[in-house]
Amino acid sequence: MMHHPLIGTPQDRVDGRAKVTGAARYVADFETGAEVLHAHVLNSAIATGRIRRIDTSRALAVPGVVEVFTHENRPRTAWFSSAYKDDVGPPGKPLRPLYDASIAYSGEPVALVVAESYETARYAANLIEVEYEAKPHETDLLKQLPNSYVPKKRRSGINPPPRPKGSAASALENAPVKHVARYLIAAEHHNPMETHATTVIREADGKLLIHDKIQGAYATKHYVCSVFGLSEDAVRVVSPFIGGAFGSGLRPHYQLFLAVMAAMALERSVKLVLTRDQQFTIAHRPETWNEIALGAKPDGTLSAIRHKAVGSTSRYEDYQEAVVNWTNLLYSAPDVELEYELVQLDIETPSDMRAPGAPLGAFAAESAMDELAEKLGVDPLALRLHNDTQIDEVMNKYHTSKELRAACQLGAERFGWRHRPLAPRSMRQGRELIGWGLAFGAWEAQMQKHAARVMLDAEGHCTVGVATADLGTGTYTILAQIAAEALGLSMNKVTVLLGDSALPQAPVSGGSWTAASAGSAVHDACARLKAELLLAAQTRNDSPLVGAKLEEVMFDRERIVLMRDPMRAVSLQAAFAAGGRPRIVADGQAGPDQLTQLRYSSHTHSAVFVEARVDEELGQVRVTRVVSAVAAGRILNPKTARSQVVGGVVWGIGMALHEEAMPDHNLGRWMNHNIAEYHIPVHADIHEIDVIFAEEKDLLTSPLGVKGLGEIGIVGTAAAVANAVWHATGRRVRELPMTIDKVLGLTPARTEAR
Amino acid sequence: MRPFHYERPRGLEEAIAGKTEAARFLGGGTNLIDLMKYDVERPASLLDLTRLEGLREVERNGEGALRIGALVTNADAAAHPLVREHHPLLADAILAGATAQLRNMATMGGNLLQRTRCYYFYDRQTPCNKREPGTGCPAKDGVNRIHAILGTSEHCIATHPSDMCVALAALEAVVVVRGPSGERRIRMEDFHRLPGDTPERDTTLDAREVVTAIEIPAGDYGRHHTYLKLRDRLSYAFALVSVAVAMELREGRISRLRVALGGVAHKPWRVKEAEALLEGQAPEEECFGAVADRLLQGARGYGHNDFKIGLARLAIARALHQAAAAAPQSHVAKRIA
Repeated sequence: MMHHPLIGTPQDRVDGRAKVTGAARYVADFETGAEVLHAHVLNSAIATGRIRRIDTSRALAVPGVVEVFTHENRPRTAWFSSAYKDDVGPPGKPLRPLYDASIAYSGEPVALVVAESYETARYAANLIEVEYEAKPHETDLLKQLPNSYVPKKRRSGINPPPRPKGSAASALENAPVKHVARYLIAAEHHNPMETHATTVIREADGKLLIHDKIQGAYATKHYVCSVFGLSEDAVRVVSPFIGGAFGSGLRPHYQLFLAVMAAMALERSVKLVLTRDQQFTIAHRPETWNEIALGAKPDGTLSAIRHKAVGSTSRYEDYQEAVVNWTNLLYSAPDVELEYELVQLDIETPSDMRAPGAPLGAFAAESAMDELAEKLGVDPLALRLHNDTQIDEVMNKYHTSKELRAACQLGAERFGWRHRPLAPRSMRQGRELIGWGLAFGAWEAQMQKHAARVMLDAEGHCTVGVATADLGTGTYTILAQIAAEALGLSMNKVTVLLGDSALPQAPVSGGSWTAASAGSAVHDACARLKAELLLAAQTRNDSPLVGAKLEEVMFDRERIVLMRDPMRAVSLQAAFAAGGRPRIVADGQAGPDQLTQLRYSSHTHSAVFVEARVDEELGQVRVTRVVSAVAAGRILNPKTARSQVVGGVVWGIGMALHEEAMPDHNLGRWMNHNIAEYHIPVHADIHEIDVIFAEEKDLLTSPLGVKGLGEIGIVGTAAAVANAVWHATGRRVRELPMTIDKVLGLTPARTEAR
Repeated sequence: MRPFHYERPRGLEEAIAGKTEAARFLGGGTNLIDLMKYDVERPASLLDLTRLEGLREVERNGEGALRIGALVTNADAAAHPLVREHHPLLADAILAGATAQLRNMATMGGNLLQRTRCYYFYDRQTPCNKREPGTGCPAKDGVNRIHAILGTSEHCIATHPSDMCVALAALEAVVVVRGPSGERRIRMEDFHRLPGDTPERDTTLDAREVVTAIEIPAGDYGRHHTYLKLRDRLSYAFALVSVAVAMELREGRISRLRVALGGVAHKPWRVKEAEALLEGQAPEEECFGAVADRLLQGARGYGHNDFKIGLARLAIARALHQAAAAAPQSHVAKRIA
């Protein structure tokens, strides 16, 4: 008898129907009755300085306005900034909204209007008069480069660059072939479909039920309890659906603080939904400058790597991400110097955005590798494979697995890379020049401590609970697959509950760790549940399974079957009847294995192949073909996995061609703060995207062999597009996004003006 | 948004009678309502015209002129057989703008009156002479990627964002308006204005006038036309530079040429002398540069938008080529041809 596999097969999203029919409730969908108050934030118009005078009288006079909070009348909350620390915040002093008269960035909240309707609150906010005392500000990264510094305190979870190996400087001096260049990536703002929002429902006993746009319910709960001095049982956070977040929901944002503050002060339920424009005041991917120097022998062997990156951060926190380490992770060299520094600007603290750091470093390093290949006169894929390494030279560890070469082979074949002429400007059709480029990418495969609970009843209904969030990634679906397969149930017998701080604890969903970690915790819970179920099935002396061990049976089609004699089986119903319990509950957990972590390094890898077509005269770029070949351990659900990678590729194309937050340095303010003027790709910009998964067996990374797919899709994409544009046109664009003017060379490079 | 009165006049006369400085006519609302939410437009009342009769027709008169009612939606106009047959340039320009959803709502009259997309104009927390006269223009030395290179003033460098209007300018359309003293016909070239020292005024329309129709004289350009739009992504973005061309050819020579530029000025940009340069000439690529030079005479950049001068030159040449070759730019294909 064949066991019916679910893991590894393409499965539709279990929450798909709820989402397309509107049954899925997002943060703003909760509590739409008249009893809830609506809040609207007024943001600062200046970048630095203080509020000299704030007059709320006209706002308060509007019928329907309940209260206007400012720094002058806000309720007392935690005093010390340490109380405002969240689970993943960087070193520094977190923003304390409405704390005092000082302003740290343009867009910081200066007042909160609470009213009977959303429209009233928004209108009244416009009537507040604020008189500022502005101080000089600085928002220009390039201007501040001379003041860059190594962050004093490292951010937890982010590896700083390793100590230099050998002497990159002298190795570069002696290198027969060299490439040195600067690369710049514009700041980007997270623009999930659902803007950030919080609905606080104040219950009769004063307890708070909070719906918050957060990538993990516990993160909100911890923050609220800490800031407002509430006991654990006074707060429950329920956010079953998150309409995309991409890292912007890893930290609680000001709307959470303000909504809870208002709800507590007014003893009412409060809803606060940020506008699209306000979405540009909470977090962003930092503008990042790179300088890279590669030295090579004439045969292409790298002799030196020097990669320095400087990212921007706020004045109040040292936001950090891993930008430069990837270069030496992907390529071996004896002399290596990696540096990562920060520049403080008068902006909001940047935040993790899909594969934080990696695509920025990869754009520099993978463009530079291409430029080196050009100087050496070799195929850029051959140069990469020549310098590929099976050892993580950054951490000096073996990889748990690394099937990048296999992925590369599959990708190159599918793409037809071997037909690529070496010289740029070799292919054209009509007015379009055609170019083929590629880039490698890598991202960490991590495990984080997760707990899970699985409950099964006699009818075979299974409920799985983990506090983690599904950000649209497919977590509901893969957890249902894991439980259904483990317990021998069909998918529709499994209900998955997520995003609730009443469920077993999980950290925020990020870092691509959720599938491996939450999946393994569910798998573990199922194993325990199976053991109990077998015991129940063996209760009766005449049980056909008497004496059978767990490893001797399988759970298939709601039966427990002895593998060596499939005629001997007990149905779930019979097992429950025999055991005398209406349901069985089992808890499981998963987490990183310390010993494995000491010995091994674990990453996902990708090789991205891109065809770009560029109108020779007009500079309009089309990315007509992408093959993203990924090695990421075991693929639980090829359908949702493909969607994850396609999403990353689309974003990578956007990073390459479109996305750019534009700061006005005179005003110290992002100016294109809406999605009409902040461009992300539309359907017309997207053509064929092919995703290939290379087989990778890896039981060291996680018990399920899963590595995670949340970020790898974006990492190498922008660099591959840039390389394809060069191959098409012969023009190297080192600043993203590669807008039409840069492709035509009509706008001077900013890094060269320095 | 601020509280306002909503009124539904029963006829044009009532609408005109009710129109004060503080009132706004409501068409599709795709721009006005957004601006009200942003607290940029603060009308005391909205006069909803969308249920009025007689403003929704597309007809052709005896002289071959096409008359399109002000309340015809952009989507309906672009799909109308008379428009597609006689003025495909207009249909193409409309389809190059916005999205299907917006075009389904937006009206022809409203599109004429849409306001600039200048970042500062939309952001009430920054100065803007167009929004609040006398406060200044931060765009001049700020973020001005999408701003004007022609016809600017020290007070304002905003552009008119419409695609439709660029085609209407090339087609020498006439805007038919009705006011308290009756009907008035305004040539497209006179309808929008340059900012000068009153950038708060986009058009020459009087406060109490309402657009009732757009009339387009008969043209004989056949397939010798194009609307070429260059932008930061291939759909749903305003033009960095756009070019509308209608070219009439007689025995291989250009008998009549109309060229209008979008994305470069406070109004669709036409220079009659530039058009005249090619009249009587064969449409040879070598001559296109001279047309571009003349069209762009006096152009200046403000930093981020410096590239527009060079880009416009390239776009004009390509558009003239497309028109000459009877190969208008497609607005369905995911590419610039």
